[in-house]
Amino acid sequence: MRESMEFDVVIVGAGPAGLSTACRLMQQAQQAEQDISICVVEKGSEVGAHILSGAVLEPRALIELFPDWQERGAPLNTPVTSDEIYLFQDAQRSKKLPNSLVPKTMHNEGNYIISLGNLCRWLAEQAEAMGVEIFPGFTAAEILYREDGAVKGIATGDMGIGADGEQKDSYMAGMELHAKYTVFSEGCRGHLGKQLMETYELNRDVDVQHYGLGIKEIWDIDPDKHQPGLVIHGAGWPLAKGSSGGSFLYHGDNHQVVVGLVVDLSYSNPYLSPFDEFQRLKHHPVLQQTLAGGKRVSYGARAITKGGFNALPKMCFPGGLLVGCDAGTLNFAKIKGTHTAMKSGMLAAETIFDALSGDAEGGRELSGFSEALRNSWVYEELRATRNFGPAMHKFGTFWGGAFNYLDQNWFKGKLPFTLRDNKPDHAQLKAASECMPIEYPKPDGKISFDKLSSVFLSSTNHEEDQPCHLTLLNEATPVEVNWKRYQGPEARFCPAGVYEFVEDPEQDLPQLQINAQNCLHCKTCDIKDPTQNIRWVTPEGAGGPNYPNM
Amino acid sequence: MKILVMVKRVSDPNVIIRVNADNSAVDLNNVKMAINPFCEIAVEEAVRLKEAGVASEVIALSIGESQSQEQLRTALAIGADRAILIESDAALEPLAVAKLTAKVVAEEEIGLVLLGKQSIDTDNGQTGQMLASIMGVAQGTYTSKLEVSDEKVNLTREVDSGLQSISLNLPAVITCDLRLNEPRFASLPNIMKAKRKPLETKAAADYGIDLAPRIKTLKVEEPDTRQAGVLLNSVSELVETLNIKPEAV
Repeated sequence: MRESMEFDVVIVGAGPAGLSTACRLMQQAQQAEQDISICVVEKGSEVGAHILSGAVLEPRALIELFPDWQERGAPLNTPVTSDEIYLFQDAQRSKKLPNSLVPKTMHNEGNYIISLGNLCRWLAEQAEAMGVEIFPGFTAAEILYREDGAVKGIATGDMGIGADGEQKDSYMAGMELHAKYTVFSEGCRGHLGKQLMETYELNRDVDVQHYGLGIKEIWDIDPDKHQPGLVIHGAGWPLAKGSSGGSFLYHGDNHQVVVGLVVDLSYSNPYLSPFDEFQRLKHHPVLQQTLAGGKRVSYGARAITKGGFNALPKMCFPGGLLVGCDAGTLNFAKIKGTHTAMKSGMLAAETIFDALSGDAEGGRELSGFSEALRNSWVYEELRATRNFGPAMHKFGTFWGGAFNYLDQNWFKGKLPFTLRDNKPDHAQLKAASECMPIEYPKPDGKISFDKLSSVFLSSTNHEEDQPCHLTLLNEATPVEVNWKRYQGPEARFCPAGVYEFVEDPEQDLPQLQINAQNCLHCKTCDIKDPTQNIRWVTPEGAGGPNYPNM
Repeated sequence: MKILVMVKRVSDPNVIIRVNADNSAVDLNNVKMAINPFCEIAVEEAVRLKEAGVASEVIALSIGESQSQEQLRTALAIGADRAILIESDAALEPLAVAKLTAKVVAEEEIGLVLLGKQSIDTDNGQTGQMLASIMGVAQGTYTSKLEVSDEKVNLTREVDSGLQSISLNLPAVITCDLRLNEPRFASLPNIMKAKRKPLETKAAADYGIDLAPRIKTLKVEEPDTRQAGVLLNSVSELVETLNIKPEAV
């Protein structure tokens, strides 16, 4: 029998959406001079440890949440000073897009280059100062339901279970955290959010969700080359036909730049390796000239939810709400999701606060949230950019980009039709026999690196003696389907070297080995595995990357 | 008997650290901080002694920057009763820490002081020894097993030649090694309770002790990266290689 604790609101995940929910709830409670108990559980070892984003922040939601954010010392240190967009034609050539041809959504005046990890750490301080209980190192492992089917809260994961499934000396049972309302803000492809979608059929009436995999590094560069506030975006090379995505390089503070690549997970060639695409991308002259002579200090990866408006599920269900990227509020046309995630959290807080007055039980379905969202700028923004992603998928980077220029700059997103894209990313892979293997250049150890030395820089760590948190529904599928048909794509789409096919003298074909300790919690395997055989579940609390200012 | 257990805030053992641009120190910008793992073992042992009825109270002491409160809260969540933070913005050397601690020991009438054997950041391994000397009491360092009975502490030390068993009179200073125990996970309710346990803050300067550093750091450098090995095909090739390049060994 697990122990339980009661709260008014339990929030799963201390990211921008969850922490904005917590802050907004407390602000309202203070204003109304009411007591409210809020608990946030976070699987990372500290707030920010699992946060990874570009990031260029549009401060709109932050200003609404804390108009005095500057006095409070929010870590928005680097205003964007200039925007550059390049079309990479090949490994050497590029074209800089004239400003007049840039889709409006890609302009960044008034925005800031930030570390989202540090913004979350700051938001957590604000929340704790108002009385929110934040528990890093605790996973939300399971959803708890009331008898009537409404969400009752969550249970934290057990600690101290051995790889054999037996309790170790250090065993500590998980706890039940009961709440009147539970907010799920796990970020892209939350493992509980995924269950909620199924249980309550939240995505029944919308298009299928689409994802990208973002890989990012932080570099210390030569101070002479550092131009704080410079934002560079790139499209095209190295992603070839059948794959799409975009790259970025932002000049932040402290002589650091962040460089990254987002690969759309709708790619079709199973030989494609997002990690290796990123490593070779850095050798393009536009990026290499900045990085040369610098030192890589951190590495990480995270999937993003990018289906936008067309794929946005219903976000309320009995006893709880789904917010931020757990639902999919990211604006792909702006390649930004923090402001919309925060705003969705704030609206959730307002909805819940209203519901809590004079409601001792909780557990209702707060459909007011859908309405609040529809009347907000989040909805307006996502609706106006609904064709952006599908256009890129349908027409490719060039014609899709041209369409988006017209759609966003001439028609302001009001073209009277909607492009749809209803094939899930995992179903896009073609058989290996139909595709060309991709030869990636060897890393040079200066600009490009191998996977293991990269994963080392994520400071990821999992207790060794614990059950594997990457579960297989069918043990035979990796060899029978993934290897035979696709040549083991998980060994390539995983940016952390978790999946490895190793020769086994007793078997004809290589066998799958799962190095769960390397996992960066990016969720790509859960998304892209062609038969959806891999299910990501929470490891022991505090496991996973320990990102610094990602 | 009251137990004083010392807690140091250090860079998390799981994160990668690097040297700052002017090679003067380790760069702690954006680095996750944590309780020194050996201190955590000391806290666990102190709490176990209290649970066994040996100690009446466990006081956690940290000397350092104000954020060390976070690590003291960790100690309180494991089960310490109250905490004292002696604030100092400058990083203090073991001697200064030992002198300040001796003052607390006297004020609080401490019977047993537990420390980690060393902190994983500066790796000095000196504070416990200096403290015992200042206090003029027995010391047991690198302890891997410990029991208290009748005004005596019997303990096993990890020494180069194996294990050494000694018996000390109380009061005493003990530094804890890795194998002493495995610290428990702090539970959610205990973390919540820890937020409400007393935490007293004092200023290091108020103790009237000379805190000036005795050591000057000249330069901090990262260790050389290891060169990749070469796989040879035969013993004769190995012999040949060693003859040509004896430095390869």
